Amino acid sequence: MTASSPVTFTWAGFHDGLRLVLPLLPSFAPFGMVVGVLSAGEGLSLLEAGLMSAMVFAGTSQLVALGAWGSPVPILAVTLAVFVINMRMAPMSAALAPWFNGLQGWRLWASLFTVTDHSFALSINEMRRGKRDAALLLGLGVPSWLSWVAMVCLGHVLAGVVTLRPGHPLLFAGLATMCALLVTLWRGRGDMLPWGVAGAAGLAVQAIGLGQPWPVLAGALIGSAAGAWRDRAHARA
Amino acid sequence: MSLRPDVLLAFFCMALATYAARAGGYAVLRLWRPPRFVEAMLTHMPGCIFVSFIMPSVAAGGPWHVLAAGVAVVMMVFTRMLTASLLAGVATLWLILG
Repeated sequence: MTASSPVTFTWAGFHDGLRLVLPLLPSFAPFGMVVGVLSAGEGLSLLEAGLMSAMVFAGTSQLVALGAWGSPVPILAVTLAVFVINMRMAPMSAALAPWFNGLQGWRLWASLFTVTDHSFALSINEMRRGKRDAALLLGLGVPSWLSWVAMVCLGHVLAGVVTLRPGHPLLFAGLATMCALLVTLWRGRGDMLPWGVAGAAGLAVQAIGLGQPWPVLAGALIGSAAGAWRDRAHARA
Repeated sequence: MSLRPDVLLAFFCMALATYAARAGGYAVLRLWRPPRFVEAMLTHMPGCIFVSFIMPSVAAGGPWHVLAAGVAVVMMVFTRMLTASLLAGVATLWLILG
C-alpha cells in the first residue's frame, strides 16, 4: 500500500475521473427523467425540480421524498426520509478517508458532496490501485451532477409527453450499472465470505419487512465485520 | 417558474440531511481514531455496501430481475465493458417483459 505517499489534487486526476464516468452517464438518464416526471406530477415548477436535484443530488432519496410530498410540504417527514435513505453514504466517505485526509477547504467540502454510489465504486477502485490524486472525485462528480440536474429537468419538460410507467425495463439501468460496478470491486476469493454474509443479511432484513436503507446498512456492517473477523483469525493463525 | 418559500425550505433541509449523511462517515473518522478491527471492516465495506444494496432490490423485482442482474454480472466478468454489460442487463429484462 502507498498509504504514506501524499495525496495530490491535479487536472490530470480530474481528467481521469471524467474519462471514467462519461460512458456511464447515459445509464442514469432514465432514472433522472422519472424523478423529473414525478416532480412535475407533484406540482413542482421546472426551477424547483432543477434546484432540488442540484441541492440534494441523490436520486433514490429524491424519489422517496416526492412520494411523501404534499401541500404544504411535510418538511420533517421528507427530511427524515431523505436522511435515512442516504445513510448508506456515510460508510462510503469513511472508506475514502485516505483521500479526504489529504484535502482541505473547498476541495474537501466539494469532494464530499460528490459521493454517490457509482462515483464511490469507481474511486475506491482507483484508490486500491494506489492512485493518490483526489481530484478524481470531482472529475467523476461534476459531470454526474450536471447530467443529473439536466435529466431531471428534461423529464420535467417532457412530463405528459412521455410516460415511463413504474417497472419499465429502462429503469433497471441504474441497478444493472451497480451490478457491473460490483464486479470491478471483486478482489478475489477472500471477498466471498464478507460478500456472502452481506447479501444474506440484506435479504434477511428485507424479509422481515424493513425497506432501504436498513438492508444495506445491516449488510454493510455485518458483512464487513465478518471479513474483519476472518482477517484477524488468519493473522493469528 | 415559481419558487415557493416552503418548497425551498424543504430543499434546504433535504440537502443538509444528505450532506450530513455523505460527510458524516468521514467526519467521525477524522475525530476518532478507530480500532484496528474497524479499520479492517472499512477495507471490506465497499463490496459489502454494493452487495447488500443490490441483492434485496433485485430480489424484490422477482426472478426476471435476478436473471437480468445475472446477465449484467456475467457480461462484466467476461468483457469488462461497463456500458455493454448494463445494456445487456436492461435488454434481457426488456426482451422478457416486453
